Amino acid sequence: MSARVAGFGFLALAAIALLALVPRLGNAYYLALAISLLQYTVLATAWGMFSGPTRYVSLATTAFFGVGAYTVAVLGEILPWPLVLLIAAALGAVVAAIVGLSTLRLSGVYFVIFTFGLTELIRQLVVWFEVNKSRVLGRYVFVDITQADIYWQLLGLAAAVFLLGWLIARSRLGFALRVIGEDETVAKHCGINTTFAKVALFTISATVMTLVGAIMAPRWTYIEPSIAFNSMISFQVLIMALLGGAHRLWGPVLGAVPLTLLFELLSARFPNTFTIILGCIFLLIVYMLPRGVAGLFEKRSTTPGGKTTQRVAA
Amino acid sequence: MSQDTATRVLEVEGLRRAFGGLVAVNDLGFAVGQGEIMGLLGPNGSGKTTALNLISGVLHPDAGAIRLMGRNIAGLASYRIARLGLARTFQLVRVLDGMDCRENIKAGLAFQKPHLPAAEAEDRIDALLDRVGLAGHDRRPAADLTYIDRKRLELARALAAKPQLLLLDEWLAGLNPSELTIGIELIRSLKADGITIVLVEHVMSAVRALCDRCIVMSSGRKIAEGATADVLSDAAVVKAYLGGVAADA
Repeated sequence: MSARVAGFGFLALAAIALLALVPRLGNAYYLALAISLLQYTVLATAWGMFSGPTRYVSLATTAFFGVGAYTVAVLGEILPWPLVLLIAAALGAVVAAIVGLSTLRLSGVYFVIFTFGLTELIRQLVVWFEVNKSRVLGRYVFVDITQADIYWQLLGLAAAVFLLGWLIARSRLGFALRVIGEDETVAKHCGINTTFAKVALFTISATVMTLVGAIMAPRWTYIEPSIAFNSMISFQVLIMALLGGAHRLWGPVLGAVPLTLLFELLSARFPNTFTIILGCIFLLIVYMLPRGVAGLFEKRSTTPGGKTTQRVAA
Repeated sequence: MSQDTATRVLEVEGLRRAFGGLVAVNDLGFAVGQGEIMGLLGPNGSGKTTALNLISGVLHPDAGAIRLMGRNIAGLASYRIARLGLARTFQLVRVLDGMDCRENIKAGLAFQKPHLPAAEAEDRIDALLDRVGLAGHDRRPAADLTYIDRKRLELARALAAKPQLLLLDEWLAGLNPSELTIGIELIRSLKADGITIVLVEHVMSAVRALCDRCIVMSSGRKIAEGATADVLSDAAVVKAYLGGVAADA
């Protein structure tokens, strides 16, 4: 087992080293594409870390992403870059903890709606503050961060997220979240402090999302609330994670990569009918892959003769 | 064994809980001694499950005291009560379908304090699988189990924490006659280990075989309490619970 872990760790390090060379290719288009791929990989994996085991469907991705991006818009030129990232992460964590404590008692569709509304709430608060207090709506981001810097930061964050997710999955907290996802009432009677476990993981996941927003901000030279808080991100991340399979740490990446490429392709070739085609593809995905791409791999690896989930909706 | 001479594991006093205008549990009081099996009987809607939910912290009482090993637990969160030594099963059996049997039992002991060393925890899981008759099924998904095996697994999970007090909510319901015999023996063996049990049950043969004492509830109130044989022959009980017809399961 430990030899397997060591082997896997070596492979992961080799993959990271190879991926780190992408900016050296010197092709701006590939670098931009790679940044998009990493951005959605990290967002979808962070989404899956919380929503996968607990089965709480969150549409708050944009809210945290936007908090991160806007922190950079406000502080990016004033403070050193690492400190800006640190402040963004701290802000994301605080917002997540407050939101988590007040909403994780909600269940099912109420939680979904609240998290969707949260994005709008934070966006409107920012707009109100900018219009009435700072009197600037929209800010320029002039920081000394190149596209390659953005890429490397995202790659580092991706590595950190996978390591963190792996550690959590092996921890008591990870097991607690799986029990909560199975049956929250049973979880409580097993001695699990369900509120603490859910808020802790929601906060970790949201902090990562906030950092993605902060790292991505220098990509735009101009940021205003409607750019930073674009709710499409929440939906795209949700769909990617579900396509890949949110019940596995490595599941969301299997959805994030093909869908990011698909978005690129479709939006370039069919700029006007893009969303219609996308809708049809999502319908197909839901019918053909109810357990995501990860579910396909799991079916193959189950023991012969054992009862497995062979039933895939036609 | 009576509650006067033995250590009281559970004491309930003046317990009350209303849902709007309906008083589901009204001024309920009883005590259960160490190693005793107490039956909680009554017709449907008499407040038995509400009483269990109040004791285990699913619901908070409007009034009254609940003491577990002398400590007032009324109004505490379920997970705290669980860590103080109370475990339960559910009227509709609840196992973790997405996990295998070993993980189901592990859920019962992993969150107790202090934490068990891993090797010791694995040994205890093996012993529990064996104890409830699921030896060899440890890697089987809980979703694949038969009805009685799901009940066994749920019981094993409840026992995993070595509870002071075990609440069984109709654990024997829905079993066929041979399964019932096995189930009764299993619960009896728990008593032999000194586990204190409160059980809600409609299967009268099981109540007679297992319970040292019983209380009977009707419309949220306790209408009888005493030794099992006495309670079951009490005229008021027969009228309220059995509708005047002598019955057995």
